[in-house]
Amino acid sequence: MLQTVQAASNEPLLAVDDLVVEYPVGAKIVHAVSGVSLQIARGETLGLVGESGCGKSTLGRAVLQLRRPTSGRVLFDGHDLTTMQGDALRQMRRRVQLIFQDPIASLNPRRKIGDIVAEPLVIAGVKDPQKREQLVHEVLSAVGLDPTLVVGRLPHEFSGGQCQRICIARALILNPEFIVCDEPVSALDVSIRAQILNLLEEMKGRFGLTLLFIAHDLAVVKAVSDRVAVMYLGRLCEVGPSEQLFARPAHPYTALLIEAIPVPDPDVRPTETVPVGEPPSPIAPPSGCRFRTRCPRADRRCSDEMPELRAVAPGQLVACHHPLI
Amino acid sequence: MTENTLLSVEDVVVDLPTPRGNLRAVDRVNLTVGAGQTLGVVGESGCGKTMLSRAILQLLPKKAKLSGRVMFDGQDLLQLAPEKLRKLRGRSLAVVFQDPMTSLNPVLTIGTQLIETLQEHLELDDATARKRSVELLAAVGIPAPEQRLAQYPHQLSGGMRQRVAIAIALSCEPKLLIADEPTTALDVTIQAQILDLLAREQRRRHMAMILITHDLGVVAGRTDEVAVMYAGRVVERAPTPALFKKMRMPYTEALLAALPRLDAAPHTPLPAISGRPPDPTRPLQGCSFSPRCRYAVARCQVEKPPLTAAGSREHQYACFHPIGIHAEAGA
Repeated sequence: MLQTVQAASNEPLLAVDDLVVEYPVGAKIVHAVSGVSLQIARGETLGLVGESGCGKSTLGRAVLQLRRPTSGRVLFDGHDLTTMQGDALRQMRRRVQLIFQDPIASLNPRRKIGDIVAEPLVIAGVKDPQKREQLVHEVLSAVGLDPTLVVGRLPHEFSGGQCQRICIARALILNPEFIVCDEPVSALDVSIRAQILNLLEEMKGRFGLTLLFIAHDLAVVKAVSDRVAVMYLGRLCEVGPSEQLFARPAHPYTALLIEAIPVPDPDVRPTETVPVGEPPSPIAPPSGCRFRTRCPRADRRCSDEMPELRAVAPGQLVACHHPLI
Repeated sequence: MTENTLLSVEDVVVDLPTPRGNLRAVDRVNLTVGAGQTLGVVGESGCGKTMLSRAILQLLPKKAKLSGRVMFDGQDLLQLAPEKLRKLRGRSLAVVFQDPMTSLNPVLTIGTQLIETLQEHLELDDATARKRSVELLAAVGIPAPEQRLAQYPHQLSGGMRQRVAIAIALSCEPKLLIADEPTTALDVTIQAQILDLLAREQRRRHMAMILITHDLGVVAGRTDEVAVMYAGRVVERAPTPALFKKMRMPYTEALLAALPRLDAAPHTPLPAISGRPPDPTRPLQGCSFSPRCRYAVARCQVEKPPLTAAGSREHQYACFHPIGIHAEAGA
C-alpha cells in the first residue's frame, strides 16, 4: 500500500488511491500513470505540474473516468467512481467538470454560445427552456460576459480568452463541486492569462469549488494552488504546500524545474544547472527512481530501489532516496 | 551601434488584405541590430512580431504589401533579385521557427536536409558535407549524431527536432539568426537547454540574433536590447537592463505585472490587463493601448504618440504619459 497524501482537512472530497493507467501502443504498453495516490480536501486547489508526457492529463482524465484506470480507486465524496457504470456514473458526473487547454477547439464551431452553455442542462434533464435560459444568463454574467451579446453568436466570433470564459461558464452551469482544469491558460496570451486565472479564483470562492489544476508552468500553478504535486514519468515526485514546496523543494526534479524557469529580471543569471537530456519514454521507464537518468544525485540505490513517498516536513512528502532537505 | 550595424529596418509597413478590410500587421517599425548583438522582440499574439520577422526574411504571404527599407549587410533586401535573396537566406540570414516540424521536411532524413543545405550554399563535396553535418549535430547537443543522419524528423522528440533545426540554421555560419519563438513549443527544462545552446553558439560564432518571444522572462537574461511590440508598432525599445530597471511604457509594465511570479504568495490576485488588443483591421486613431491603459487621458484617444527618446538616446517609448516622468509629460 502506498502512502497517501494528507490533505489539509480530514474529510477529502477526492481520494485517488494507487491509480495505474496503462494503454497499449502496438505491441508495447505505455505506463502513463504508475501508482499515484493523492487527496484533495473540500475547497482546496491542488496543482499538478510536470512536463509533457509525464501523465498529468491522463491522471486528470482517469480521475473523471474519461479514461478508465487499469487499477486503483478514485473515491469522490466516498463513492468509488471506478466501479460505477451507466446512470450512477452519469449522476455523479454532474458534480465534476473538466476545462480543457484549447478553448476554441473545445467549443462546437457550428453551435451558438447559448446552446453550448445550455447543453449540460439539457443532458441533466432540465426541460423548461425558460429556466435553462435564465441559468445560462446567470452563469455567463458570472464569468464576465454580457449574455445578451453572446448567446446568439458562434465560437469563431470570440477570442481565445473569451472562449475560455465560455468554457468555464459551461463547466459551472450544473453547479459542480469539483473541476479538473487541464492547462486552462497555457494557450492564452500573458495579459489574458492573468484575467482567466483571476476569474478561476473568483469562481472558486463564489461557488465553493474544489480544483485539480493541471499545468506545466510552475508560476501559474503556484498562483492558484494551496498544495502542489510534482509528477515525472507517471509517478509523483513530491507533494507539499505551495509556498513551502517552492521555498524548499525536497526532490531534485522539483528544484531543477524551479531553476529552469526564465526569470523576468536581467540581473538574475540563467542557471547553469538545467537537467541534462530529455525524459525517457514511458514505454520503458527506468528501473527504481524514474528521474535517476537525469538526476545529478543518482546512485546505485536509485536504480535498484523505487523510492516511496515519505514525509520530510509537515505536509511535504517526497519520493527520493537523496532528498535536498 | 551605427558603426557596425548589421541589420537596419527602416519604416517598415506590412499590409495584409483580409475580407474584413486592410490589416496593418506592422506599422512603421524602425530597428537596428549590430553585428554579434541580440535583439529581443516581445509581444502577444497578433502584435506583428512574426510578420516583422517575415518582412526581414522576405517571406511574407503573397498578398502582403510591404514598404520601407530593410538594409542587411549593406544591401537593401527589398530591392534584391529573388535569386540573390535565395542565396542570402540560409547562408548569412538564417531562421529557426517555433515548430520545428514546419521547417523540417518530414519525408527526408536529417542527414539529407543538413547535407543539402551545406552543399547548396557552401558547395562542399559529399564526404566533407557529411563530416560537417556530424560535427554540427554534435555541437547542438544531439547524442549519437552519426546514427541520427539516417533518421527522419518524426523519430526525434520536439527538443531534438528543434536542435536539428538550429543545426541547419547554423550550418552556413550565418551573420544573423532570427529565432521566432524557438522554445514556445518545448518543456521548461528543454527550453532552458535550447536557450543556452543558442546563446553559446551565438557567442562562439559572433552571430547577431533576433529573439522573438511572448515571454519577458526569456529576453531578460539573454538579450542586449529589447523592443516591445503592441498592435503592429514598437511601443518601447531600450537596452535590456534599462528596460527592466525603468520601463516607461505602461503596456510593458502591465505585461510584466501580469506574469505570475514564483516569489508571490499563492492566491494573490494578478494585476491583469483588462480588455484585449484592438482589432487590427479597425485601427484606433490614438494610442492602440489607450483603451486598456490606466494612465490614459483624452489626448491618448485622439493622437498617436510617436516613438521618441527621452532621458537617454537609447531608451525610446511611444507614450504621452510615461511611467516615472508624468510631471514633464503632462505639460
